[in-house]
Amino acid sequence: MSQIYAVLVDGVMYAAWLFLVALGLTLVYGVLKILNMAHGSLYALGAYAGVTLIGPWVARGGNLYVSYLLLVLAAIVAGGAIGFIMERGVLKRFYGQDPVVLLLVTYALFLIMEDAIKLVWGVDPYTVSEPYSFLGNFDLGDLSYPNYNFLIVGVALVAGIGLTSFLKFTRSGRLLRAVIHDREVSQAMGIRVSRYFVVTFMAGAVLAAIGGALTAPTVSVAPGMGVEIVVLTFAVVVIGGLGSLPGAAFGALLVGLVRASAVHYWPQGELFSIYIVMALVLAVRPKGIFAPMEARKI
Amino acid sequence: MSSAICSHLRAPGTWLAVIGFVVIGAAGLALPQWQFLVSVALSKGIVALGLALLLRTGLASFGQALFFAVGAYCVGLGMNYYGLTELFALLATSMIVSAVLALVLGFLLARYRDIFFAMLTLALSMICYGLLLNNVELGGSDGFNVNAPTLGSSAQPWQLTGTNLFAVGFIASIVCVMAVALYMRSTPGRLGPAIKDNEIRVEYLGTSARANIHLTYVIAGALAGLGGALQAFNIGHIDPDMAFWTTSGEFVFIAVLSGTRFAFSPFIGALLLEVARAMAYRYAPNTWQIVMGAIMLAIIAFLPGGLTSLGLVRRKPAGGHPVTRTTATASGDAA
Repeated sequence: MSQIYAVLVDGVMYAAWLFLVALGLTLVYGVLKILNMAHGSLYALGAYAGVTLIGPWVARGGNLYVSYLLLVLAAIVAGGAIGFIMERGVLKRFYGQDPVVLLLVTYALFLIMEDAIKLVWGVDPYTVSEPYSFLGNFDLGDLSYPNYNFLIVGVALVAGIGLTSFLKFTRSGRLLRAVIHDREVSQAMGIRVSRYFVVTFMAGAVLAAIGGALTAPTVSVAPGMGVEIVVLTFAVVVIGGLGSLPGAAFGALLVGLVRASAVHYWPQGELFSIYIVMALVLAVRPKGIFAPMEARKI
Repeated sequence: MSSAICSHLRAPGTWLAVIGFVVIGAAGLALPQWQFLVSVALSKGIVALGLALLLRTGLASFGQALFFAVGAYCVGLGMNYYGLTELFALLATSMIVSAVLALVLGFLLARYRDIFFAMLTLALSMICYGLLLNNVELGGSDGFNVNAPTLGSSAQPWQLTGTNLFAVGFIASIVCVMAVALYMRSTPGRLGPAIKDNEIRVEYLGTSARANIHLTYVIAGALAGLGGALQAFNIGHIDPDMAFWTTSGEFVFIAVLSGTRFAFSPFIGALLLEVARAMAYRYAPNTWQIVMGAIMLAIIAFLPGGLTSLGLVRRKPAGGHPVTRTTATASGDAA
């Protein structure tokens, strides 16, 4: 019984983290129709920016509560700046081309980012774990969980609910939905589509970077951390349906629970159980579970 | 028949391939220190050749590493568990197993296009990576060592190493290029670019786009399996990284860099990549991927047909892209 319990809690925690990272990917796809392979690199960028900012702060004995804000701040600055450069500098030039071409362009950006990060931060790992251990543990039944994981669950909830209400209730959000629905008509109606593109891409980059920055205290930040997360978040958003926020939440929960069950009951299967679920979902629902219906345009 | 041969001889691709293979053969024989590099490039070129067939059908597979690894593991498992060392037996096993796997997966994949095809192929190769990584019987994370293949009677086997091994890859590449060149001129081969242009029209012509994509995928899978087997011989070792998605990314890079105009094209890209990598390892190990990424961006932006489209008069499709489908999407020009 307690094992099922542990699977549930582990799964939800992992799902929250996945959702946070995958949110930006699905948002960018929803608006720009670009599947960003460099998303994982932005995640890694956030992690590096985070440790760079809080490393000295923690070393000088700064307030640890402030360090959480610093992590998010680092992610916003780094993710926003690089996101802006990527969209305005590169992606903009390829709009209107085939989706596969844009996929290849983001793959090229991924390659560039991987080495750019190595050039700036070197190849040695960084570890700043104080913000993680500082919050202590929480006993749930006879199991003990780090409170930091609950913080991530909270941030994921805030990000998800915040983004959903932004899209539903604000004027800009409604305009953005119009752009998602039909960018040509939106432009004809006087919406500055290119501005929405830039801001959305930056927001997606910032979300990825926040995911990375908040992960940074729990791991040792080293080259290659963006390589695996790319595939994982793809699985999440593809299961839920590309461009769908509830879909990303569902995909994250499904992947989180599947992975947690695999870890507890079938450890060898941890890595590929996720992709088997993805392949199964796509075999039944080719566009993912929450994918909007689309009329075929000839 | 003779007119067909004449038209082959007039085709610029034939001359490119002949000159290319003469240069490759000469380099491999005259410069022993380059032999390994050229062998590796040839086996990757064979994989990229299959991928190029998919690309000219408008499909980018980010999962060719799956068949690359399956081909290599057929060699590794065949040698370590079944004592199979005969060259042709190993190569045939690799190709057949890869082709059968592609045939089975194709029933699922042939329904997908664009990004979904790319992502699903990627996921399938990651499943394979996970399987290989976590199963000790399959070598686990260490993989297997692979010995030199043998040729001839089991009483007096002839070990293929060095120049002989290079010759195997060289001949295999020539055979593959000739076969693919013939395929590209056949009816199903010509349907590929047509599907890329407009799938619905192809269906109206009375043929099945899905069946053609399925066939192309099987061919690409078999070629990747062969490339993987050859790579196993070249390196002498196999490990799960052969199935990791960044390996697939490298094949995509080669195919995009080379273009899909000729059957020989992917070998140019593969050679350039390996030469550049050899130099980068020496002079700039941490900026290698930056260079790769920048080249890829430049190719997509300025030479969308790849290097072998140089000198080709560019017909200007409205906002389209020769690498993939050329259906113009006016709504996409918003920015």
